[in-house]
Amino acid sequence: MLTNRSKQVVKKEMTWVEKAYLPAIFQGLIITFKHIFKKKATIRYPEQKRPIAPVYRGQHVLKRDESGAERCTACGLCAVACPAEAITMVAAERTKDEVSLYREEKYASVYEINMLRCIFCGLCEEACPKEAIFLTDRIVPSTFERHEFIFGKDILVEPVNERLDVTKRQTPEVLEFKKDKKHKHNLTFLDKVIVKKSRH
Amino acid sequence: MQPLLIKAILVVIIFVITLLVALYATFAERKVSAIMQDRIGPNRAGPFGLLQPLADGVKMFMKEELIPSLSNKWLFIIGPCIALLTSFMTGVVIPWGGSITIGETTFDLQITDLNIGILYLFGVVSMGVYGIMIGGWASNNKFSLIGAIRASSQMISYEIAMGLAIIALVMTTGTLSLKDIVMQQDAGFANIVYQPVGFLIFLICAFAETNRAPFDMPECETELIGGYHTEYSSLKLGFYLFAEYINMFVSSAVIACFYFGGYNFPFQTELQNWLGFSNNVLSILQVLAMFGKVLFFIFFFMWVRWTIPRFRYDQLMTLGWKILLPLALINIFITGIVMYFSGSIN
Ligand code: SF4
Ligand code: SF4
Repeated sequence: MLTNRSKQVVKKEMTWVEKAYLPAIFQGLIITFKHIFKKKATIRYPEQKRPIAPVYRGQHVLKRDESGAERCTACGLCAVACPAEAITMVAAERTKDEVSLYREEKYASVYEINMLRCIFCGLCEEACPKEAIFLTDRIVPSTFERHEFIFGKDILVEPVNERLDVTKRQTPEVLEFKKDKKHKHNLTFLDKVIVKKSRH
Repeated sequence: MQPLLIKAILVVIIFVITLLVALYATFAERKVSAIMQDRIGPNRAGPFGLLQPLADGVKMFMKEELIPSLSNKWLFIIGPCIALLTSFMTGVVIPWGGSITIGETTFDLQITDLNIGILYLFGVVSMGVYGIMIGGWASNNKFSLIGAIRASSQMISYEIAMGLAIIALVMTTGTLSLKDIVMQQDAGFANIVYQPVGFLIFLICAFAETNRAPFDMPECETELIGGYHTEYSSLKLGFYLFAEYINMFVSSAVIACFYFGGYNFPFQTELQNWLGFSNNVLSILQVLAMFGKVLFFIFFFMWVRWTIPRFRYDQLMTLGWKILLPLALINIFITGIVMYFSGSIN
């Protein structure tokens, strides 16, 4: 009814033409023949790709901050938020000479997401207080082995010199919030040095 | 060259061509189904997916060979062999073109011109049902058996209508040799003009005889999980599937010969006189014309398969016995009357 395409079913005697069946077959053949020239519904996938939304929820990335230190502090909030229980991590304490590698004093030495469990809901991203984890518009590639779907830090953390742009995912409110230096976790590495210096 | 040697070469060539056509018919089937369903179809193996049949073949080879422990082992192996053998044998009497002259000798592009070609064809085709029957019986599986029973009853039912449709054709042509039937159509109209109803009956029965949709009752993936070849795997399954495609190829050739002038194409003698090419060139053109017709009918088989859903079994039997059989008889009757009054018999 909503589409206005519903038809009343009538159970009437078939006419002679309908009973002969051949005209109906002929009509059917014409219909299928017309479909040869129709636009294809499928595409040649790896070569051609369909456009995807800028806020597409695909493979995760663990972000680094401006100076290249990992943002994640292994608080475990993402793992708690995850409805599919796809995230596991092991926390470790940062040593003195690792200051440039990790942003916070506590960091994740192991961080794994099981992509077979993940439902790409994006709750981990929402839960993270450090803006460390984001979903990106990359599609998780398929492989043949189950264990290959458990992505560790080697895949998840973005490389220092190939940063991933996630600004598309950040709403104006989030960006505004980030500028507020009142919250300690919004401070960049540089800011912290300045804060520290001003304390002395 | 010795005539025997020439025949041997011809046999090998036709064997290879039959194999190739059947091989690519499997590919074409997938492509045709794809484009009719607005899809792209197989395009990964080789350019445009042209190596797909090869990949399918290798897959068939590599599959595990299973013989059910409670089956009749010998019959289980013989079944697919008969199916494939008979489908190859039908190609023998089909004339593929005129004659070619090399040096002194002239030979026909036909393996053998039996004067009872049509009878031979029918004999071999009805042997094909043994392959299915034996395979289904030997599998010791109820689905296979039901499939086999359906196949045999379907073939018997439709063979009668098919034979009667051909009798009307034989009445007008007055010969049982395929070569003669084709040669009679070299000028003027093809037989379809004289026998439209016969053609229709023959076409429908050809679909039933080759177990193609909408008459693929013996296979019936959805209700009999493959019917007679439920228990088959690996190359033996490949034999069955391959036999179906070869049957389709041969049926297309037979339809072309009977009703569409076989290797003749329109205005061939006029064209030859006008352009003045030799008989050999004409024969090659005729072979091409023949293959054009055959490929069209193979396409038609697939086209119908992807258009019409399968018949119900009782509908199949009703169509065969209550419609096609009387129709074929009436056709013979009317053909006889017309021939009597037009004075071609006295
Ligand atoms: S996207 Fe959802 S399911 Fe996937 S890891 Fe994050 S919270 Fe878990
Ligand atoms: S990704 Fe964010 S929420 Fe998850 S452990 Fe790291 S800092 Fe905490």
